[in-house]
Amino acid sequence: MRWIKTTNHKDLGTLYLWFSFAMFFVGGLMSLVIRAELFQPGLQFIDPEFYNQMITLHALVMIFGGVMPAFVGLANWMVPMMIGCSDLALPRVNNWGFWILPFAFAMLLSTLFLPGGGPAGGWTLYPPLVLQGGASFPLTIFAIHMLGISSITGAINIVVTIMNMRAPGMTLLKMPLFVWTWLITAYLLIAVMPVLAGAVTMLLTDKYFGTSFFNAAGGGDPVMFEHIFWFFGHPEVYIMILPAFGIISTIIPTFARKQLFGYSSMVYATASIAFLSFIVWAHHMFTVGIPLAGELFFMFSTMLIAVPTGVKVFNWLATMWRGSMTFETPMLFAIGFVFLFTIGGFSGIMLALAPVDFQYHNSYFVVAHFHYVLVPGAIFSIIGGIYYWIPKWTGVMYNETLGKWHFWLSAIFINITFFPQHFVGLAGMPRRIPDYAVQFTDFNQISTIGAFLYFIAQFLMVYNFLRCALFRKGMAPAKAVVWEGAHGLEWTVPSPAPYHTFEDPPHVGDDETAHAH
Amino acid sequence: MATHAAPHASANARYFVPAPSAWPFILTAALGSLLYGVSAYLEDRNLGPLPIVVGALVMVYIIFRWFRGIALESESGQYSAQVDRTYRLGMSWFIFSEVMFFAAFFGALYYARELSVPWLSGEGAKALTNSVLWPNFENTWPSNGPAKIGGHFETVSPWGLPLLNTVLLLTSSVTITFAHHAIKEGHRRACILWMLATIALGATFLYFQAHEYIEAYHELNLTLNSGVYGSTFFLLTGFHGMHVTLGTIMMISITGRLMFGHFKPERHFGFEGVAWYWHFVDVVWVGLFIFVYIL
Repeated sequence: MRWIKTTNHKDLGTLYLWFSFAMFFVGGLMSLVIRAELFQPGLQFIDPEFYNQMITLHALVMIFGGVMPAFVGLANWMVPMMIGCSDLALPRVNNWGFWILPFAFAMLLSTLFLPGGGPAGGWTLYPPLVLQGGASFPLTIFAIHMLGISSITGAINIVVTIMNMRAPGMTLLKMPLFVWTWLITAYLLIAVMPVLAGAVTMLLTDKYFGTSFFNAAGGGDPVMFEHIFWFFGHPEVYIMILPAFGIISTIIPTFARKQLFGYSSMVYATASIAFLSFIVWAHHMFTVGIPLAGELFFMFSTMLIAVPTGVKVFNWLATMWRGSMTFETPMLFAIGFVFLFTIGGFSGIMLALAPVDFQYHNSYFVVAHFHYVLVPGAIFSIIGGIYYWIPKWTGVMYNETLGKWHFWLSAIFINITFFPQHFVGLAGMPRRIPDYAVQFTDFNQISTIGAFLYFIAQFLMVYNFLRCALFRKGMAPAKAVVWEGAHGLEWTVPSPAPYHTFEDPPHVGDDETAHAH
Repeated sequence: MATHAAPHASANARYFVPAPSAWPFILTAALGSLLYGVSAYLEDRNLGPLPIVVGALVMVYIIFRWFRGIALESESGQYSAQVDRTYRLGMSWFIFSEVMFFAAFFGALYYARELSVPWLSGEGAKALTNSVLWPNFENTWPSNGPAKIGGHFETVSPWGLPLLNTVLLLTSSVTITFAHHAIKEGHRRACILWMLATIALGATFLYFQAHEYIEAYHELNLTLNSGVYGSTFFLLTGFHGMHVTLGTIMMISITGRLMFGHFKPERHFGFEGVAWYWHFVDVVWVGLFIFVYIL
């Protein structure tokens, strides 16, 4: 009953993280089904209908069940500790936001056992294809509605906490960057999740109540759905990466033993990315037939995003420049992030060019691109953040040797998995198809081997984190300041941190803030 | 993780920390039951009405309990100025999320009128659709599309019931402001009377709106099925109507609290939050009146 009724931010953060941990493995198993099928051309293990269900559910599970809850879990744990307060502003709402998730995913995943199986139209739910779904269709829509409620309540909670609960002296421009990036992420969530709710509601009424939003015969347009969906979908991309930027901006200064280079430019870059995210959505739809002026506008606005993102990458590099660096596991994941996320960013610029996107669109190049920004991007930052903070949460040190092994195996296998997909994509292999032409076989086999090895390597992390969280006997206790170069309020309290971190708000001087020594 | 102190030990004067609560979990379970029941109903999977009815009743009960709990916490003086700011900020951001929800439907209306219907009539880059599929289709509004889905229909004149409803809602925004001034000056009885007037205006609005829908269905042949005009018309006004219903229920509940002696001249955010919400539905209506009914 403690876990069902809890209103404590650390308990709920833990629940969020365990839930996302479980979903990462569910979604990961789905990706292995996909990779196994793609090991050879032709149809091997599953029929195409089930393949479509796997790609749809893999995406929905990873995005809404894996990455987003993991970031919310980290925000739950760290935001109150970093700004110096006792808990989130609305603890009962926080509980509600978490407990929606298991119910929503039970609904979503139960569709696999219904006649006709799960949703099979892709996670982007484009009509008219998605409207042909059977019993799974309304359950998918309602699950998305519930996930929207969870995201909006969680985001309101975090915004209000940051605006209202900061300790005296914690002015806005003294906040750690993780808090800043989450403030802006939460704003994006509140702005776009309702739009997604509206879009899927229109799908629902088009299917069951005779409306014609996406039906050209009635004066609507299926492309209208794509506009509304990507007005949500592109900010959603940054919802999944801005908190990652915050984590990396926390880890790198610690292990470079220097203050973060260009703190305020990091804040402004984050805000610029958030603003631009609202005016780039149609770069997902260059080939759908939008007017030329639209292609140009969305191409240039998209390429503008490279500027604030470049500011961030250069700031991380400048932070490391001539630092006295050590390479503990969180730092390895952070450097891996900077390197591999940037590859994903570069392929993003290629995709942003409307004329060449006509070649890349809907190919495996797109799959390679967004997996580079999501796996060694978002997920590496989550893993790095957990290695960084888990001694503070549990009071014990994880096994550093296993952590380093975990990083190197992950970094190698993730490249084996996704780098060849650039090649097959550029050579013309389409995404979302269970079969392919024989000349793509070699690279697909490499990719599949990499995916299985990557999955297996994650059990090093499972072992390490389970030891810290549940089986702590015989493990080295963690100091209050776990990392030599760490700054910030979370390191001023013992490890493990007290249940309500700050019963009274601490006074925040310059010494305690993360970016000013 | 396992070593933390018991949850209750931490409540202190500095921060308001609520005790553990089962309300959110039960609320979610009920919501899940409701939605699962509805989705089975939509797909004719014969679960019967039980999951829907039980889910809805439990939700109503929990929402009532939850808000009652908050009201009692507030009245027993557990909320500091910080908690008051939390609720103000939380309500503001919630209303912002509602604005974005309506933005999706206003966006669909704009897209249909400015892009999809003109394109279907052969304007711009999509001329082929017109010449190949529907060569005789012309760009008009209202439109139920080139296939004339739902058959011939007429629109609701803005200068009848909609104008009356505009006057009703704008008046109700004034009366709720009078009520707010009354509570600030400590005139509880006047505040209750102004609130009753506001509720009456909201309820009358809903009555006329229902009347308009019946008329649209039976006399104008304007239905959800009337192409993209019917779709945008009914979803925009329908979701607005749901929000008016919710706002009216919220006003009834705070009027009840006023009768029980809740709220003080200097502290009454429960009241103000409802007033903000009411102004929000009012502003949405003005947008609807202009963009759906007049233009």
